[in-house]
Amino acid sequence: MQNGPDPALPLLEVRGISKSFGAVRALREVDFTLRAGEIHALLGENGAGKSTLIKVVTGVFPRDAGIVRIGGEEIAPRSAKAAVAAGIATVYQEVNLLPNLSVAQNLFLDRQPMRFGVVREGEMRHRAKALLADFGLDIDVAAPLGNYSVAIQHVTAIARAVDLSARVLILDEPTASLDRHEVEILFGIMRQLAKRSIGIVFVSHFLDQVYEISDRITVLRNGRLVGERETASLPRLELIRMMLGRELAETTNERAAAREHKTREICASFENYGKAGYVAPFNLELRRGEVVGLAGLLGSGRTETARLVFGAERADGGKARVEGAPVRLQSPRDGVRHGFGYCPEERKTEGIVAELTVRENIALALQAKRGLHRPLSRREQDEIARRYVKMLDIRPPDAERPVGLLSGGNQQKVLLARWLATSPRLLVLDEPTRGIDVGAHAEIIRLIRELCDDGLSLLVISSELDEIVTYSDRVVVLRDRAHVEELAGEAVDVGNILAAIAADSVAVALEAHT
Amino acid sequence: MRGLPPALITAIVLVAGFAACAVQFPNIASTRVVGNLLTDNAFLGIVAAGMTFVIISGGIDLSVGSVIGFTTVFVALAIERWGMPPLVAFVAVLALSAAFGAAMGAVIHVFDLPPFIVTLAGMFLARGASFLLSTESIPITAPIYSTVSDFALRLPGGGRLTAIAIIMLVIVIGGALLLHLTRFGANVYALGGSRATASLMGVAVGTMTVKIYMLSSLLAGIAGIVFSFYTSAGYSLSAVGVELDTIAAVVIGGTLLTGGQGSVVGTFLGVLIQGLIQTYINFDGTLSSWWTKIVTGVLLFVFIALQQGLVALARRPVAKSAGAAT
Repeated sequence: MQNGPDPALPLLEVRGISKSFGAVRALREVDFTLRAGEIHALLGENGAGKSTLIKVVTGVFPRDAGIVRIGGEEIAPRSAKAAVAAGIATVYQEVNLLPNLSVAQNLFLDRQPMRFGVVREGEMRHRAKALLADFGLDIDVAAPLGNYSVAIQHVTAIARAVDLSARVLILDEPTASLDRHEVEILFGIMRQLAKRSIGIVFVSHFLDQVYEISDRITVLRNGRLVGERETASLPRLELIRMMLGRELAETTNERAAAREHKTREICASFENYGKAGYVAPFNLELRRGEVVGLAGLLGSGRTETARLVFGAERADGGKARVEGAPVRLQSPRDGVRHGFGYCPEERKTEGIVAELTVRENIALALQAKRGLHRPLSRREQDEIARRYVKMLDIRPPDAERPVGLLSGGNQQKVLLARWLATSPRLLVLDEPTRGIDVGAHAEIIRLIRELCDDGLSLLVISSELDEIVTYSDRVVVLRDRAHVEELAGEAVDVGNILAAIAADSVAVALEAHT
Repeated sequence: MRGLPPALITAIVLVAGFAACAVQFPNIASTRVVGNLLTDNAFLGIVAAGMTFVIISGGIDLSVGSVIGFTTVFVALAIERWGMPPLVAFVAVLALSAAFGAAMGAVIHVFDLPPFIVTLAGMFLARGASFLLSTESIPITAPIYSTVSDFALRLPGGGRLTAIAIIMLVIVIGGALLLHLTRFGANVYALGGSRATASLMGVAVGTMTVKIYMLSSLLAGIAGIVFSFYTSAGYSLSAVGVELDTIAAVVIGGTLLTGGQGSVVGTFLGVLIQGLIQTYINFDGTLSSWWTKIVTGVLLFVFIALQQGLVALARRPVAKSAGAAT
């Protein structure tokens, strides 16, 4: 379309981009190169820095360091609008269009064809139809966009982006809510756009799709660039290792000597527990003083399992038992009543109450458990807060400080303290070390060990395989929303987990070839 | 199209209600009564047209009743006490109210404040200012007032289409065209869909917000002038609570309170329904006029429930298979 880009020059060049949010370093000197006419997959687990990278490139976040060049020219967009003007368009998973407007209005909002101050509705529809025809869509463009499926909304968003003369198209998890047929249509469009020399960045956690569509792959992990490879020459196991595996320079894996309390009594057990379309039925036993790790890729059903176990989501089949007695877990209240605690992954939105003080945050769950008619006295609250601030070494040791002002690691400790105050028998921790600096990281791991030495059971989700191997007695591996393998004792190591995660994908890939 | 299905329901309710009233009091079905209905509700129709824009854009304007009150007092004082020519007084008060609306819009956008709070402040401000000007009712005796009051188009059947009813009809039609045919109108819907998304798609959200509240206040100013024609007086306590009648008319007219959908025509029908109830009560003669409020309340409930139903339906995307791709 454009005056043929110089093949020697990469279309989009990102060099040494760094970005911190407070104490958290979201990106560290990340490079990224996109050629014209290629489909480039950007991969990494949650928190790897994919979204941050996209938002920095598209001007949503200002960057701390580094440069972005498009067609050899340095750009520094300060808003999404400026990025579009520079030729970078982004289509997010949540379609950023207006469902209440017609398809045609969405395509031409703020640039409708006009005559005498009046929108030429007929002309606009005509152009909209022509534009969508390029993408293989033949729909009534006068109908509200919201009437159409997510797939059509995505295509409309892409059509709008491309029509705004995009040279770089960033697709952030475009296939997450599409069915197989719709994905095929989207891929067809992507290939067609690539032929027109548009560079496409494809963010996805569906590895099969990545192998199907992408030319090259860039993997991020913990805000750093792990590597950039040709898709065709990158085995799947190697890719998963890049996403989850340890960095070479990291310390050796010091797995705790196999602990001897395997025979302890069962704390909670789940039999054929599951929910249709959420997580396939699973069996899970949690013994006293034991840490069970949940490993798997993003979207494999780890968090879903945790939410079922805690009662945040209702199971539609199977039995749950606490110390042998059958129980019903219909709501988080039930979970709390049976002595369960849950520290969610989204600390900021689902966990802490940033405006409240450390003391109030810690007292929350205990108060909820006791019921509103038996308020905790201020003295009791002070006492509890003092105990846990000391025990967990929360810094600064000021119980009256709003939690929002604490660092990520200390916020995590406050969350832990909140549940510990209720003397739980089982704690579910979803990514307890996400977004925490290295020192606090080690401390959280030490705490996890100490807690289970005291007889607490823990169910821990983590994308850090080294970490999960370090503290878990057993590891359950998930894939495609099902529990596929359980590793115990000597079998718990990074290699086995990787193999279990990759096994099915490899099998599928083999099947596809035969 | 968009916004029309709920407005259609409003139309059906209006026609059915009118027919029911006509069965009991055959005299209602006359151009005389209809003409009066338009005249009596002219100011409401004008201010409701402006409110429609505000609500579709996802906002609310609580200040309109006070702006009407202020306008009547200002106009009366300007003409009767300050000796201004009426037309100059009109231009001055419209400039004032437009500036007032623009200021509210600017505050809403710049400080990212809820429109409810900002226009509530505007409501107290405008009402207070009109008390400051005068607390008494000031009769207006300027010749233009009797000229305008006397002017009317004769309708077949003895009805009169008065000047203020004509002004209202012109504004309703103009408002409908503005909303449905222009880029401004499309942007109003866009804002109501999602401010953030509209902004990402290149709509100048700040300018739009200022313009929308300016339009609402300007129409409230015109409604105030019309109200002063209607009563031939200016009084600081006039049009108290009209903002709520206006919102009711807009919602009964099928505009979504959460924004993004609605129509000026629907709002006009909503105004007529309220007028019809009032007319019925006048005909009956034994009912308390508070029944207007009660019936309006019931209708509001019904329409809000209806909208929720429609919204729930709309949330289920109609699965249409995409055409064959390459």
